[in-house]
Amino acid sequence: MKKHCGQALSWEMTDGVVELALRREPLNEIGSITLDELEEFVEELETVTGQAHALIIYSRLPGGFSAGADLRELYAKGRKLPTGERVAGVRQFLERIHRVLNIVDASPLTTIAAVHGVCFGGGFELALACDLIVADKMARFCFPELRLGLIPGFGGIPRLKRDLGNAVVRDLLLTGRSFNVQKAQAIGLVCQVAAEGEALSIARSTAVQIGKFDRHTSVCTKQFIKPIPYNELRREIETFCALFARPAVEEALRKFAESTDRQPYLP
Amino acid sequence: MRLVNWKRNMPTLEQTTDEILKLAATHFKVARERLSPEDDFFEKLKIDSLQALELLTRLENHFRVELPDYEMQGVTSFRVLAERIQSRL
Repeated sequence: MKKHCGQALSWEMTDGVVELALRREPLNEIGSITLDELEEFVEELETVTGQAHALIIYSRLPGGFSAGADLRELYAKGRKLPTGERVAGVRQFLERIHRVLNIVDASPLTTIAAVHGVCFGGGFELALACDLIVADKMARFCFPELRLGLIPGFGGIPRLKRDLGNAVVRDLLLTGRSFNVQKAQAIGLVCQVAAEGEALSIARSTAVQIGKFDRHTSVCTKQFIKPIPYNELRREIETFCALFARPAVEEALRKFAESTDRQPYLP
Repeated sequence: MRLVNWKRNMPTLEQTTDEILKLAATHFKVARERLSPEDDFFEKLKIDSLQALELLTRLENHFRVELPDYEMQGVTSFRVLAERIQSRL
């Protein structure tokens, strides 16, 4: 794998461990530039599956892992379009990001998200596509989409349902509240808690441990215990698009994009 | 029958407020003497929404409580922050 350094992402492979770094200011919002590079990354990833055993995804930005989908871009791109075209545009984006995250989810490599700070919405969904989430003491998770009249759209609901109990999922989605790493570990989302700023080093030592095992056995184990919920992922796209067509969502996006409030993430 | 006072070891509102002020001063590098309970912490600490979330996480870790961010909506003073924490101790 060639070392890559793009506008939103950089990646490299060392000793069988691929590291994907998120590095788009202000907080790794996932918009079209990040998606283009993610698509490029997964293509590269598929060429090195015989040489690598683990993938670590982390952020180089001090504020956190990712604030989620780029809502300002979403609003700006759609605001002058008729509803049908707006929905078609968002559907195309969702189809592409789902393809990327499904590849990460099903990757024969053992995948680790190393999380610090904010891990919200689409960023949380990226972490959920990984096999393991290692997070530091300042990590904070949230699905704020219902605050905008939407549901998570990058595969979050089916993956949460797969990995956690339904009552926990209802709490996270229906209250839209953010929660810390102690809670995340208690509900089974985070497997290891690191000291502040140490999530990446813990993820790296975990990747070294994973590399000691027979690859074929690890791949078989993952296939056995981590089914990809394709049907539900498809339903999620349909539900998201139906909700996105409503004028109330456009208005909520406008309010968010134009907000100068000190707490814009709180509706 | 003797009723147990479950909350007898609970800190007072003043103590909790003081701990918040100390924690905020340390982490946001502001002199403790410059902070008072009624201050607007956004202004006094010069923090943005992201740093307010960081403060929330530090408070949760320090006091070992959960503070849903919707309960923080509209809260700007250290004293009200302390009241929110008190209600979960």
